[in-house]
Amino acid sequence: MFYREAGDFKTSYADDSQTFPIRFDRLRYYAVIAVAFGIVPFVINDYWANAVFVPFLIYAIAALGLNILTGYCGQVSLGTGGFMAVGAYACYKLMTAFPEVSILIHVLLAGGVTAVVGVLFGLPSLRIKGFYLAVATLAAQFFLVWLFNKVPWFYNYSASGQISAPERTILGQAVTGANTTASAKYLFCLIILFALAWLARNLTRGTVGRKWMAIRDMDIAAEIIGVNPLTTKLSAFAISSFYIGVAGALFFAVYLGAAEVGEAFGIQKSFLILFMIIIGGLGSIFGSFAGAAFMVLLPVLLKNVLVGQLGWATDLAAHVELMIVGALIVIFLIAEPHGMAQLWRLAKEKLRLWPFPH
Amino acid sequence: MPDQLLYAIEAGLNGLMAGVLYALVALGFVLIFKASGIFNYAQGVLALFAALTLVGFQNGQIPFAHLLNAIFGTDLHEFGWHLPAIVAIVLAGGVMVLLAIVIERYVLKHLVNQAPIILFMATIGMAYFLEGLGDIMWGADIKKLDVGLPQGINETIDSVTYNAFGYGFFIDNLDIVASVVAAALVISLTIFSQYSKQGRALRAVADDHQAALSVGISLRFIWVLVWSIAGFVALVAGIMWGSKSGVQFSLSLIALKALPVLMLGGFTSIPGAIVGGLIIGMGEKLFEFFVGPMIGGATENWFAYVLALLFLVFRPQGLFGEKIIERV
Repeated sequence: MFYREAGDFKTSYADDSQTFPIRFDRLRYYAVIAVAFGIVPFVINDYWANAVFVPFLIYAIAALGLNILTGYCGQVSLGTGGFMAVGAYACYKLMTAFPEVSILIHVLLAGGVTAVVGVLFGLPSLRIKGFYLAVATLAAQFFLVWLFNKVPWFYNYSASGQISAPERTILGQAVTGANTTASAKYLFCLIILFALAWLARNLTRGTVGRKWMAIRDMDIAAEIIGVNPLTTKLSAFAISSFYIGVAGALFFAVYLGAAEVGEAFGIQKSFLILFMIIIGGLGSIFGSFAGAAFMVLLPVLLKNVLVGQLGWATDLAAHVELMIVGALIVIFLIAEPHGMAQLWRLAKEKLRLWPFPH
Repeated sequence: MPDQLLYAIEAGLNGLMAGVLYALVALGFVLIFKASGIFNYAQGVLALFAALTLVGFQNGQIPFAHLLNAIFGTDLHEFGWHLPAIVAIVLAGGVMVLLAIVIERYVLKHLVNQAPIILFMATIGMAYFLEGLGDIMWGADIKKLDVGLPQGINETIDSVTYNAFGYGFFIDNLDIVASVVAAALVISLTIFSQYSKQGRALRAVADDHQAALSVGISLRFIWVLVWSIAGFVALVAGIMWGSKSGVQFSLSLIALKALPVLMLGGFTSIPGAIVGGLIIGMGEKLFEFFVGPMIGGATENWFAYVLALLFLVFRPQGLFGEKIIERV
């Protein structure tokens, strides 16, 4: 009734090619933005920020990054954890080396450093494909984690081998360190996520994104119609790694505060983010958000129910959680291999015909 | 002979033995990949699960004791018997076959014709599930596995090499047993797939699913069969690794080590898995021996992957893999 194109007349090309062509979608989008920026920061408390919102925002950035590489360009990567570690350590080195420069610039630079590393490990993708590439990216994962463990320069020769974020402020508000308020953390991550998501959405609609998708759908055919596989694949690796690096930097500096590389950025993290984009939906911006929300909320929910309500021991609850996550992934893949984004698409299709389905 | 060379030979030999164990895990991967085109990430967790089940049966643990205690407030732990190793192995094998049937019926059947990446993700989901299940069934503590395999330094090799070179090589008896078992396993699998009726059907399915279906081979039966064999291989690998370093979570990570082995050997080749395992096993020990001290050690964590990565750049299908021909 309210969700359809009919009656929504476009009078210019700009109107015609806008991101949300249906008025209801547009309004919903503005409403979400308004709530996220205007209401949540004022009501958020430490528990919600640390358990739900901040990890969700950061994982959403990482999922966007991996979705660009895997969902849009079709290059499966299992090195996400390693690339996040690059972002975290680059951010740490920059923060401690240039304390007077704004943290925002450091986070973006950390993304840039990760992009360079990502391109380096993306080079083999020109020769190897599919699973072979996925396993090759494992080399990045293990090598990078080992590197950050073994070379003391990366953690400034600290005795524990950990890196910990010093306090940095933006406009007088602490965003890293112990004195950060929940809303400062939240807003800092939200602004970066908003900018990156906007960028990703527009990149994937444009020439770059179409080239990625052409390579994903069939690389030889894409090459024949004039898509350069070298620049296309490497640009996907670079941009994806940039996102993942930014996510890693935020994960360390804002969320964790102090990190040990094997624990914070191990192979489990790579799989976690891969799950997010599979469950959310490959090749979909909305899917990255949905998957990140799902994988962040599920453990919180299960923990509250099993430990809080039923009073089970935490280790037993952790094992049950593993089983449920595993089973859910399998069930999801069987029921809807294209993820939550596809469910969303179907719901919208249905809604367009509602309430007169004929 | 100079000492350095002797140490290197010893490290290399130990690497060969470790490589055999990698090859054992890789073998399970290859079997499933050939028969169903599924890249089975859960192979390592299968090994862990098999070993846990074996220890559980041996010690007469009550399955799900923790869970039952938490739900009903009971205090169950053990049946109070100890099964002989051979009975426990047979029972654990039975559980693996059961697991294969369950996996086929409730997972694979519903995922026919999906993209390989979806199937791969499904096996990761299965790996998580099995990991949780194993922990809930048998408890998450590190367990000692002893099925009566000989362990410790092999005195004969030690004394022979001592007399010959003036330096006794340290070779674990268990590693020797593992190599013998792996060799026997490969030979029997080869004979099975070459000469038995089911083995032929298995190769037919590996060649071409549709052609195999059209001559009346039951795909579903073959899948159960191949997952059972993979479960059995996982059991053997679990026994070997479990006897060596205890049954614990890290056991499932050897599956990841098997991936570079496969890439080196080629995903579709059983001899490739063996040769790849030996190369990786020996390579990482020798690399650690010669280069490790210079760059801080613990290179075993990544050496295999980087080696495989560099190798693939020059030969994308691995040593023995089928050449990939792409057409538009």
